[in-house]
Amino acid sequence: MKMQFHIDEGDFSGAGTASSEVKKVLKQLNISPMIIRRIAVALYEAEVNVVAHAYRGVMKVNIESDKIQICIEDEGPGIEDIELAMEEGFSTASDKVREMGFGAGMGLANIRRNTDEMKLSSIPGKGTTIGILSI
Amino acid sequence: MVTVHQINRLVNGIILNGTAPDQGFSHCFASDLMSNVLTVDKEGMILLTGLSTLQTMRTAEMSNVHCVIVARGKRVTNEMLKLAKEHGIAVIFCSFSMFAASGRLYENGIKPVY
Repeated sequence: MKMQFHIDEGDFSGAGTASSEVKKVLKQLNISPMIIRRIAVALYEAEVNVVAHAYRGVMKVNIESDKIQICIEDEGPGIEDIELAMEEGFSTASDKVREMGFGAGMGLANIRRNTDEMKLSSIPGKGTTIGILSI
Repeated sequence: MVTVHQINRLVNGIILNGTAPDQGFSHCFASDLMSNVLTVDKEGMILLTGLSTLQTMRTAEMSNVHCVIVARGKRVTNEMLKLAKEHGIAVIFCSFSMFAASGRLYENGIKPVY
C-alpha cells in the first residue's frame, strides 16, 4: 500500500496531519500498537522538521506485509553538517518553532530512536531526504 | 489508578473534553517541550503542560497520551478540542502553575515517569 502527502513550509497548524493519516491506516491494518507509536513519533518529528526548516516537502509511505518504508524529501536550505545536526541539543530552529514546543535539537535523534534504519542525506541549498525503515 | 474526574478534582480544574477511553491514569510527565514528551512511552500517562497549541494535542495523539492538563490558565482553542475529541484525549484546564499542579498530583499518588 502506498501513500503520499505534501507538506508546506510554515504550516504550523497543519503539522502532523500526514503523520496522523498514516497512523490511522496502520491502526486499520492491525499493526502492533508499539510499532505504530514508534512510526507515528518518527513521522511526526520528520513532518515538523519540514514545516520548521524547509520550503516544501513530500512524504512517501510504502506499507508492505513485513516492513514499512518512508521517505521524506524536502526542498530547502539543506543541512551543512549532518553529524552536528544529529547531535542532541543542536538546533537552528526559529522562535516560532520553539513556541510550538519543538526546536530543542531532539527531532533527528527521536527519529533514529524510533526506527530500525534511518538514512539522512542533504545537499546544502537544495534540500534534505530522510529514509526510514521499520520492520 | 485515577480517573479523569479525580485528576480534575486534584488540580481544581475544568474538564473541557471528557472523551477518553475508560482507562485509569497512574503516571504524569510535565513538560512544555513536545520533543521531550515524544521520547516517553508510558501507558496511563497524563501530560501536564503549559504549552497550549494544536501541537500539544498532536503530540498527545502520536504518543498515545489520553489525558492532557493545560496549566497556568492557558487558553485552549476549539481547534485543539476538536482534535482531542477526534482522538479520545481528555483535556483539563487548570489555573495552577506547572509546579503547583505537579505537587498536587504527586502528593496524591500520581507517579513520575522517571
